[in-house]
Amino acid sequence: MTTRIDRRFAALKDEGRAALVTFFTAGDPDHATSLAILKAAPAAGADVVELGMPFTDPMADGPAVQASSLRALEAGQTLHKTLDLVRAFRIGDRDTPIVLMGYYNPIYIYGVDRFLTDALSGGVDGLIVVDLPPEEDDELCVPALKAGLNFIRLTTPTTDDKRLPAVLANTSGFVYYVSITGITGAATPEFGRVAQAVARIKRHTDLPIAVGFGVKNAEHAREIAQGADGVVVGSALVEAVRTSLDADGKATAKTVPAVSDLIASLAAGVRGARVKQARTSAANPKFATQLPRVGSRTSGSKRH
Amino acid sequence: MTVQQQPNTFRAGPDERGHFGIYGGRFVAETLMPLILELEKAYAAAKDDPAFQAEMGGYLTHYVGRPSPLYFAERLTEHCGGAKIYFKRDELNHTGAHKVNNVLGQIMLARRMGKKRIIAETGAGQHGVATATLCARFGLECIVYMGAVDVERQKPNVFRMNMLGAEVIPVQSGSRTLKDAMNEALRDWVTNVETTFYCIGTVAGPHPYPMMVRDFQSIIGRETREQMLAAEGRLPDSLIACIGGGSNAMGLFHPFLDDRSIEIYGVEAAGHGLSTGLHAASITGGRPGVLHGNRTYLLMDDDGQIKEAHSISAGLDYPGIGPEHSWLNDSGRVTYLSATDEEALTAFQLCCKLEGIIPALEPAHALAKVTELAPKKPKDHLMVMNMCGRGDKDIFTVADHLGSRLG
Repeated sequence: MTTRIDRRFAALKDEGRAALVTFFTAGDPDHATSLAILKAAPAAGADVVELGMPFTDPMADGPAVQASSLRALEAGQTLHKTLDLVRAFRIGDRDTPIVLMGYYNPIYIYGVDRFLTDALSGGVDGLIVVDLPPEEDDELCVPALKAGLNFIRLTTPTTDDKRLPAVLANTSGFVYYVSITGITGAATPEFGRVAQAVARIKRHTDLPIAVGFGVKNAEHAREIAQGADGVVVGSALVEAVRTSLDADGKATAKTVPAVSDLIASLAAGVRGARVKQARTSAANPKFATQLPRVGSRTSGSKRH
Repeated sequence: MTVQQQPNTFRAGPDERGHFGIYGGRFVAETLMPLILELEKAYAAAKDDPAFQAEMGGYLTHYVGRPSPLYFAERLTEHCGGAKIYFKRDELNHTGAHKVNNVLGQIMLARRMGKKRIIAETGAGQHGVATATLCARFGLECIVYMGAVDVERQKPNVFRMNMLGAEVIPVQSGSRTLKDAMNEALRDWVTNVETTFYCIGTVAGPHPYPMMVRDFQSIIGRETREQMLAAEGRLPDSLIACIGGGSNAMGLFHPFLDDRSIEIYGVEAAGHGLSTGLHAASITGGRPGVLHGNRTYLLMDDDGQIKEAHSISAGLDYPGIGPEHSWLNDSGRVTYLSATDEEALTAFQLCCKLEGIIPALEPAHALAKVTELAPKKPKDHLMVMNMCGRGDKDIFTVADHLGSRLG
């Protein structure tokens, strides 16, 4: 069975480039603005959208994502509303994969079965739940896979070759390699080490490998995209939300364009990563026609 | 919750995956998982190593000052007019609370594992002080995360930690209390995973912490058993202890869990009162959820967002409880009660006046329930309360509430 995620990564592989995976928090800074950010993302260059399910105690996240979660919660975001957001997005976009990312407790309280039913019918494609390691697969991972959702697992620098098979066993969609030992948005990864780690994981799996944590700008994205199948950017995007807000923390006319423009710049980074290879490897007309898509950012952001 | 069928023993848990019934587990980020498995192995080896146990025993005797006395609280007994009340005097330990029992064990384990950097979270500051103390003793780097609100209300302990060479980092995120300190400690651990040992202060967190901390604290109950047999020629009839995360309570309770005739009471903090919503009573006022590496009773809203706890006592100001307590509650073996800020303050003053002991505000919650339960018991009923900390650190808080000024 192929999913939207499988299809998207396969298509990009044919294009000869990595995916840009963008993270923002559902409901940040408010539900309506969040939906506008979400709707503008694909046109701006996001290939896969990761939507954070806000939680009061995001243990693996740095200050930027923590603050973003709190903004969303203060604006009244709930897991219900996050699923509503996906449903509203799906009306206009049948192709862009959506991955929900967060912590287990809100899902546990929503009810696992009910959550899976609602997520699937709403158009969610995959889940990343930070505090569910393979040791707790019976909780959500196994039921999610059975229901037809992808369960995307984080692998980290501490996941050695001995442990990797266990971590990869129930992983689907793609593998999310955490480039640093640390929290989101903290240190900048060492690109050489990341490339080695990606190569190491590739020996264990045929799944696409996306790399995240600490990717802050187009240059970082370009570096990572040379070897990885996807680049995940989160903290930088939620920071773009924060800096666009007014003194009372409310969205302004700048909020949606701020995020879209950063996505466009990151997309340019990702798409520029393998230009050399693309040019030397005979003609790749598909890739060439894809490039101008970056330019669509202006129309994408203006729409809202 | 419905009472489950009673197991053959209450002392066998957790299972190999760290579960006490449906509670416990290992709900942590992948970065930490290999470390937690390594810790589990290292602890299993140390536990069975007579040299480790002997070394720990030596420090418990000569550095901590164990065994702590089992003291007959004669005037409180007369005042209540019922059960014969004993205090297990863990407030007489070096550093003034039961926390040191656990920290000693974990620091010795950290040394065995070759870790030189120790991090800890603290609420009241007692666990932070104990960790800072043992890090000083063994020459280890010590970083203590403490909610900014707690830093403010527990100044004497912050000063103590600084004197002992620890770095105290005030945590500004969330409610700026114990749960946020724990989040921040976990973030530090994820970042510095190779060099760092996380010394958790209570019977919570991912497996093996709830089991390991309980084992280290169980010396309280083992001593109580022997001491009560020596004093009265029989086991006690009831045990009572306060519960934040619940380590002092687990330490007292665990060796007695299979003595089914013994009544066991845990006392949570009811803050301003359960009906106000401003409390820290996870079992009485919460429901099962997943936080900080384990499934357990938690205070939360309908969306699964964690609520802030409220208690006059910083050490009880946590929206969760150790997973073994959740299981003991559902199985019906332990009865969980709660005491309000006011009740604790009244008991605090009573204890000062009748026994010449200034209790910490944490055990003052247990004491409040002692004064309720003891009068209803016959005079030959033997009741043990864990006096798990001394109240020097709380004098400013108490003075504030009683409207008097210090200094």
